[in-house]
Amino acid sequence: MGILVSLLAVIVLILIVYLGVGVANLQFVFGVIVPYVAMVTFFAGIIYRVMKWASAPVPFRIPTTGGQQKSLPWITAARFDNPYTTAGVIGRIALEVLLFRSLFRNTRVELREGPKLAYYWEKWLWLAALMFHWSFLIILLRHLRLFTDPVPYFVSLLEGIDGFLRVGLQGLFITDILIVAAATYLFIRRVIIPQVRYISLPADYFPLFLILGIVLSGVLMRYFFRVDVTAVKELAMGLVTFSPKVPEEGIGVLFYTHLFLVSVLGAYFPFSKLVHMGGIFLTPTRNLPNNSRAFRHINPWNYPVKVHSYEEYEEEFREKMKKVGLPVEKE
Amino acid sequence: MASVPKPDELAKIDHKPPKTGWMDTPVKFRRGTWLYAAKPKYLEAIGFPNPREWSPEDEDWKLPPNWKEIILEGLRERLGRFRSLQLFMDTCVRCGACADKCHFFIGSGDPKNMPVLRAELLRSVYRRDFTAAGKIMGKLVGARDLTVDVLKEWFYYFYQCTQCRRCSLFCPFGIDTAEITLLTRELLNLVGCNVDWVMGPVANCYRTGNHLGLEPHAYRDMVEFCVDEIENVTGIRVEPTFNRKGAEILFITPSGDVFADPGIYTMMGYLILFHEIGLDYTLSTYASEGGNFGSFTSHEMMKRLNAKMYAEAKRLGVKWILGGECGHMWRVIHQYMDTMNGPADFLEEPVSPITGTKFENAKSTKMVHICEFTADLIKHGKLKLDPRRNDHLKVTFHDSCNPSRAMGLLEEPRYIIKNVCNHFYEMPENTIREQTFCCGSGGGLNADENMEMRLRGGFPRANAVKYVHEKYGVNMLACICAIDRAVLPPLMEYWVPGVRVTGVHELVGNALVMEGEQERTTDLRGNPLLGMDDDKNA
Repeated sequence: MGILVSLLAVIVLILIVYLGVGVANLQFVFGVIVPYVAMVTFFAGIIYRVMKWASAPVPFRIPTTGGQQKSLPWITAARFDNPYTTAGVIGRIALEVLLFRSLFRNTRVELREGPKLAYYWEKWLWLAALMFHWSFLIILLRHLRLFTDPVPYFVSLLEGIDGFLRVGLQGLFITDILIVAAATYLFIRRVIIPQVRYISLPADYFPLFLILGIVLSGVLMRYFFRVDVTAVKELAMGLVTFSPKVPEEGIGVLFYTHLFLVSVLGAYFPFSKLVHMGGIFLTPTRNLPNNSRAFRHINPWNYPVKVHSYEEYEEEFREKMKKVGLPVEKE
Repeated sequence: MASVPKPDELAKIDHKPPKTGWMDTPVKFRRGTWLYAAKPKYLEAIGFPNPREWSPEDEDWKLPPNWKEIILEGLRERLGRFRSLQLFMDTCVRCGACADKCHFFIGSGDPKNMPVLRAELLRSVYRRDFTAAGKIMGKLVGARDLTVDVLKEWFYYFYQCTQCRRCSLFCPFGIDTAEITLLTRELLNLVGCNVDWVMGPVANCYRTGNHLGLEPHAYRDMVEFCVDEIENVTGIRVEPTFNRKGAEILFITPSGDVFADPGIYTMMGYLILFHEIGLDYTLSTYASEGGNFGSFTSHEMMKRLNAKMYAEAKRLGVKWILGGECGHMWRVIHQYMDTMNGPADFLEEPVSPITGTKFENAKSTKMVHICEFTADLIKHGKLKLDPRRNDHLKVTFHDSCNPSRAMGLLEEPRYIIKNVCNHFYEMPENTIREQTFCCGSGGGLNADENMEMRLRGGFPRANAVKYVHEKYGVNMLACICAIDRAVLPPLMEYWVPGVRVTGVHELVGNALVMEGEQERTTDLRGNPLLGMDDDKNA
């Protein structure tokens, strides 16, 4: 059900472009207004979301420790999996963000005859996730070519590395292949693993289809139905310099489909699970050092509570305590 | 109480989810898988709302008329107080990496025991009432209304989580189900949906200082019983003191150690050790509980119970506090105590009076784990140990959830065990250290009426013990947690007969050679030492 709804939603989005650009000729709407609205929504949404998170306090230092603590000097502590210092925390976060450290721990349990539980090597999710996110980032950075003039050196360099495979005259970007493969894997996995299918919401399929739609429209443009890159750049530069201008020709419905899906993704981003990107930096189980016995953590809303004092306790038990020779405050 | 199926029956676990979607599958309260409701007297004793007689099996839970408002207001308040809660509600991508990391899912196959779905039980309500997308799109984004059935589902599944944090280790965003569980239990507590096995100990601890409700004279008697037993085995009479002002160190351990077999042998181990090194310490009858069932209830109750530790240390004028072997106790001490009830500026930075070691890692909280303390003693050669006195034991070590995943106390107990035992074998690596499996009964779930669920939850742990039992002949499961010591024996009896359970300091007590002791013929339990039977015959 969720799959169908999400797929339908993406198809409807594509139809909107075909009607809007192909039939109604609303190039300015889809080339300028929609992207601007999306951009504003994206940035405002993200800022709102992060501010909202950041404004909530972190009352307790609750890191999940993934290795030996720092205690006695002769015991080697796990510097990153159980960080004691800020440097250790930075290392831990870097490992999480760049290499998905926690996901790398993943295993798969199988119940066999016996009964016997076996734990299997299972890094495919980690690998696909890593491929997906890194490819996404690199593709995003490559797109800076369209928004900058002159094009910064690192963009050209990135392109060179990414496109070292040559098929005929044309460079073939590795990331294009990887992101299609990884997103397809993530989708198939969601469908065929019964437990994952059971927990999946339309909100899980929709961004996958949306991103696949973006990637495929991009791939079609680059490798199969060439669009006029100069015209695209003209539009892109117009957008970033706030002097939007829609080129007369050279870019067709396919390009507008790509742009529209990207716009939808951007606008959808802050209100969906895609905000996990920001969350990883803020989660108190990962971004705090495990040193709460050495350095006191302050809870800004720590309030006094009702306790049962020693005086009340002795008041109740004084006679019994005296009888067995336990010392008391008041004879 | 429901009868528990045979192990081979129980091990037939179907991990395939049911045909109906999870929102359309209402919870069934099957006997043996849930806990009795809290008696009103316990709630009254601590001033908790809605005390009444009720049972989860009843149709009518006798909720306050405005229960829904109370819960939603409570949720709003907590979203404002805990960044963790907001993040954990917003950032899950449902990748499913946590699913088969939970011992309750592995042991029950119930999809709502997958950590992701356990959290979705709360998230669905959060989305409905606190996010624009949920308000507009409802089910499409996984939002649903808060109903009585949802509340019942919360009660069932958030008391099927032991707050062990294994899932949190594997989660790419560090989402911590223990945090979600505790906060949802807080919400349940607001409308009086709590369990007897947790609220009883909480109320007891509040009044008498310990979960078992031992009054001061009874607590002292229990410890004296350990003293007698030590004398029987070693010929030496140790002399612990109680509520003594001016002692250097206050020692606090879970009350399970003074009360229940096999915890008492661990207690005997502590007492032997302290006697032998001549430690200037005292026990307290007021702060006679290391554990904190408040941490299974709410942050506020955790703080109310924990406050006694510092209060008593201050009253007695000790320099610092030493803490016994316990799991969730150390989560509270390590990650909460100083923040909640500190600063402990009336105490001194802990220094071992025997070795002079400064415990830098505890310089603010001023509380040291007994394993850190003992490992340091052994490292400095301050203990005369005869590990042969544990030669009748083949030992493996169960890392307790909280010391491993909320602290990282992994090497200290191992170092001790290796110095006091000659036969030590590790369980498979996916089941120990930070990846350790819960005993299945933590988080306040260790009541008898919940036995089937406990045995299911403990299955992965037991299965790993079975592996070393069959491979190396392991017959003793060591641990550093009082709940473990209470619940692992029935778990072993059910899944791995022939394996018994011990605290690490019981092994220390066996091996520690005391000055002037009589020749030991038995261990602390009165079991003959290896070779002793033969010697006598010769």
